[in-house]
Amino acid sequence: MGQKLTIDPVTRVEGHGKVTIHLDNDGNIEQTRLHIVEFRGFERFIQGRPYWEAPVLVQRLCGICPVSHHLAAAKALDVIVGAGTGEGLTPTGEKMRRLMHYGQIFQSHTFHFFHLASPDLLFGADGDPLKRNIIGVTLENKELAVQGVLMRKYGQEVIKATAGKKIHGTGAIPGGINKHLTSEDKEYLLNGLEPMNINKMIDWTQAALEFFHDYHSQNKELIDNFSVFPSSSLSLVRKDGALDLYHGVLRAVDADGKIILHDIDYQEYHKYIDEEVRTWSYMKFPYLKELGKKTGWYTVGPLARMNTAEFIDTPIAQKEFERFKAYTKGKPNNMSMHMHWARLIEILHSAEMIKQLLNDPDILEGELVIKGQKLLEGVGLIEAPRGTLFHHYKINENDQIAMTNLIVSTTNNNQPMNEAVNFVANKVMKGKLKITEGMLNAVEVAIRAYDPCLSCATHALGQMPLEISLYDVNNKLIDLKRSR
Amino acid sequence: MAKAKKILVFGYGNPGRQDDGLGIFLSERIDNWIKKENLNSVKVDYNYQLNIEDAHEIADKDIVIFIDASKEEIDDYALTKVKPSDKLEFTSHFVSPSYLLNLCNVIYSKTPVVYLLHVKGYKWKFLEEMTEDAKNNMNKAYDFLKDFILNS
Repeated sequence: MGQKLTIDPVTRVEGHGKVTIHLDNDGNIEQTRLHIVEFRGFERFIQGRPYWEAPVLVQRLCGICPVSHHLAAAKALDVIVGAGTGEGLTPTGEKMRRLMHYGQIFQSHTFHFFHLASPDLLFGADGDPLKRNIIGVTLENKELAVQGVLMRKYGQEVIKATAGKKIHGTGAIPGGINKHLTSEDKEYLLNGLEPMNINKMIDWTQAALEFFHDYHSQNKELIDNFSVFPSSSLSLVRKDGALDLYHGVLRAVDADGKIILHDIDYQEYHKYIDEEVRTWSYMKFPYLKELGKKTGWYTVGPLARMNTAEFIDTPIAQKEFERFKAYTKGKPNNMSMHMHWARLIEILHSAEMIKQLLNDPDILEGELVIKGQKLLEGVGLIEAPRGTLFHHYKINENDQIAMTNLIVSTTNNNQPMNEAVNFVANKVMKGKLKITEGMLNAVEVAIRAYDPCLSCATHALGQMPLEISLYDVNNKLIDLKRSR
Repeated sequence: MAKAKKILVFGYGNPGRQDDGLGIFLSERIDNWIKKENLNSVKVDYNYQLNIEDAHEIADKDIVIFIDASKEEIDDYALTKVKPSDKLEFTSHFVSPSYLLNLCNVIYSKTPVVYLLHVKGYKWKFLEEMTEDAKNNMNKAYDFLKDFILNS
């Protein structure tokens, strides 16, 4: 019987996870597992409700990306009201939704890079925990920290202008959108007083990329080798192969870049993707049916999207994309810390798209909604900040929701996160019987790159902190460490 | 006459998770009361959770009162003063009032007086209706908060 290390952020009503690391008698890593508690009960919560309520209700799933759930649900209901599968909306309907979505990607990625990633980059995985946070970043680079806060605020302003209220946003409705952008909001977002305008946001994103490149050139070991393992990648891409975060066909490539899922219509996703239940985890493990449970797993999110897309349809992001692809000589990039680079490219692309859409007259006028022959089933997919998000609904003759199936980005990334933890554990914990702050940090950095959505949106006070437990060969607790 | 203090009441939580919505529902009630009383120096906001840009929102306030549901061992509600903290989480899904206060101090060199109103909750499933006990706690906290704002 081996020894067991447990990293245990057992907090909150649900959500969070824990890491268990099993050592053999020689102190070698025998097995690592990341346990995440998936949300439960939502399907029952929404069952029986009129289908048109879904885009509002699903925002309750996540306090960080309610817009992604809002839009994925709306896209599924477009199919049900006969408005097509993401391409049948009016120009105004689609463009307003895209504007909302790019605002969401912009603010969410910004939060991740400036709030979570930059401390790791500035101070490293083994850095002083007292400095490894945004406060440390601020003290080290105040300009970067202030820009992070204001970029987040800008993204939220885009969402507010398109979706409405923070809590009960109602922008997207089945078949379209419920309003135009006002000319005042357009002017504010496009040409607002410094620094709150889109040109400044693009400038700051480029500056953040330069920060990353400078750091990368001086810390190649961390960025290139911290967590690297072969993985397939899956995402939506536009039909011509361009990066498209709002709509497209579903594509997957393997670790060598070979296409293993050939641009399928996502209405039929269930023919190609299945979810495995494992006894030790509350969260399912999705996989490509054709490849089977063992090898069919895949990564979603910014890095995966860079691997599946052939180009980016905005000029500044495309230039950075070419640099990104050149780094691996065109092959898929599976260096986990390059997720931050990919995220910055997507922030840039989103900012360029926001600018393009703000200059489009269709957002100020035009038909908002379109409907056609009603169907009883619809699937909506979107590239949420953390990766591909699936919403699938069936309704009955009374217009009530009869079935819901959601595959959220974090579920899609379940196996890759386990792989990342395993890689890092083998690197920093092998032969160790005492948990150090550095070990905890290293595992956290690996998980943080994916920014898992841990069944969020409950935030009651009185929770426990992150915790690591170390067990000996007899399963006796010999060390315990909690994060600060 | 002394200038009225700028106050922000900010509730957070999920109204679709039973008592987790306490912060939101109490904020909405306070908002209605403030409008009725024409308390122009008091602003109310709410969201699913706190975010880093909220540091910007609190920077120009004299007093900030965050409201959240609580699982702590309290009877009904409790008001505590928030101290700054630089604790980093491993996902972007958690930002605490103390973290925001610290961020506000460091970035903007501003130090509003920040309180956290803990309101006891009991159940957290995917349901929109709060428990009766939570509603009672919210009513008590509502009366307390009105007095607190008027006397601040």
